[in-house]
Amino acid sequence: MQKRFWNEYQKEIADDHFFYERSCIRQTFFPGSEAAFLRIVRDELGKDICDNPHQHTCTGIGYHSDVVPFETTMTVVARLFSLMTECGYENYVPSCVTSFGVFSEVIEKWENDPKLMEQARQFLWEATKREFKIPKNIAHPSDVIYKFRFDLKPKMKYQLVNRFTGKPLRVVEHIGCHYAKIFPERGIGKAEFPYVLAGMIEAWGGTVVDYPERRHCCGFGFRQYLVQENRGYSIANTKKKFQSMEPYEPDFILTNCPGCNMFLDKWQYTISEMEHKTYDKEGFGIPVLTYEELTGLLLGYDPWQLGLQLHQVQSEPLLNKIGIAYNPDEKYKGISGRLLQRPERPSCLRVFN
Amino acid sequence: MKDFGFTISKGRSLDLDNLQQDRVDKLLELVPSYKLCIGCGGCTASCSAAGFTDFNIRRIHTSFLRARYDDLDKQLQKCMLCGKCTLVCPRGVNTRALIINMRRILAGVDSVTVNEEKGVVL
Repeated sequence: MQKRFWNEYQKEIADDHFFYERSCIRQTFFPGSEAAFLRIVRDELGKDICDNPHQHTCTGIGYHSDVVPFETTMTVVARLFSLMTECGYENYVPSCVTSFGVFSEVIEKWENDPKLMEQARQFLWEATKREFKIPKNIAHPSDVIYKFRFDLKPKMKYQLVNRFTGKPLRVVEHIGCHYAKIFPERGIGKAEFPYVLAGMIEAWGGTVVDYPERRHCCGFGFRQYLVQENRGYSIANTKKKFQSMEPYEPDFILTNCPGCNMFLDKWQYTISEMEHKTYDKEGFGIPVLTYEELTGLLLGYDPWQLGLQLHQVQSEPLLNKIGIAYNPDEKYKGISGRLLQRPERPSCLRVFN
Repeated sequence: MKDFGFTISKGRSLDLDNLQQDRVDKLLELVPSYKLCIGCGGCTASCSAAGFTDFNIRRIHTSFLRARYDDLDKQLQKCMLCGKCTLVCPRGVNTRALIINMRRILAGVDSVTVNEEKGVVL
């Protein structure tokens, strides 16, 4: 019975031949994540994925901040679909949860009002002389990793187990509102039982922390954040989550969405500077990883190549718990091997090196 | 503290783990009829002070029960203790004793309390 009902909470995820669309902000804040995803899909899973250099924004941030009208958004989305069509792909994989929400919304509107789709075709043709097909399948990259989580497991060097205690690591997962709260049927587990990240955690040896504010917003919320004076409202949401998860002493936070990752990571610094408060016992903060970073770490990728040194909360305590090897001397070196600038130390949040 | 150009907004949700429940318990001990309040608002509607100020007994009751004490002591000073609210209360809540005891509890005055049944107790 349980299995039959759970089947209703699944979604279709393509098996191969993906068209990848990069995110605007992820390449700045977590520059190793997208490269790691491409490496995982191509080298570990042996799948075909297209990384087209002509792609661009989906307008998501501007759209949700009320500065980009819907007609513009759907035309920009249509152009992205035309790139996919031109490359001969049908399975669209947008890196960002906001983009995922935007594409889901645009397609939903087109399905309900075909005139809108014709309008988008017309706008795109007039502006660029391009045409497009609607993707057969849209899946978020976390869906793809979730689908192949048991295929990846045998290749992994590490498990989500504390090597000092032998116990599973306690992980807070945060799927992001635009993944399954807007169009629940497009997310694994829908809005009620989102399982995309929890499935990875459980498959790879960890336990999921089910804390009271698990489904609360991370605090990004676009228009709540963009105006500086409003950020007190944004950070209050993040603080609420941290206060709620603190008693459970999570080892790290796993995120799905670039905005959630950025805010859960960087607001820890801001709160520590404002209130001299950190939400772990040691004062280092709770590390926040993307699912690609986690997958890459467990597969044995170098933490510095994954870009973990660019996070606000540093990940060495977590790496030590799992037993992941790293070279502290390489942390701030560029690809050329030259030492880049060391970041300024926060006044409250403890950091390594 | 660094100035980021904004502060952390206070949430309006109740933090049940950190409520100062002892004050509420003390009030219920001194004015047991407080438990009978159904929040009908008769006290507020008949209040003379409410005609001239923003004094609102029902809001004060609710705030005290939820341990939201911000600005409550100032609000309580607006009551003239005329007792009309006590006369109209359909549940027999001794609202005047309630107000006096709230004032005393918030001021931290433990030596003098007004008991609902015994009157002023020194």
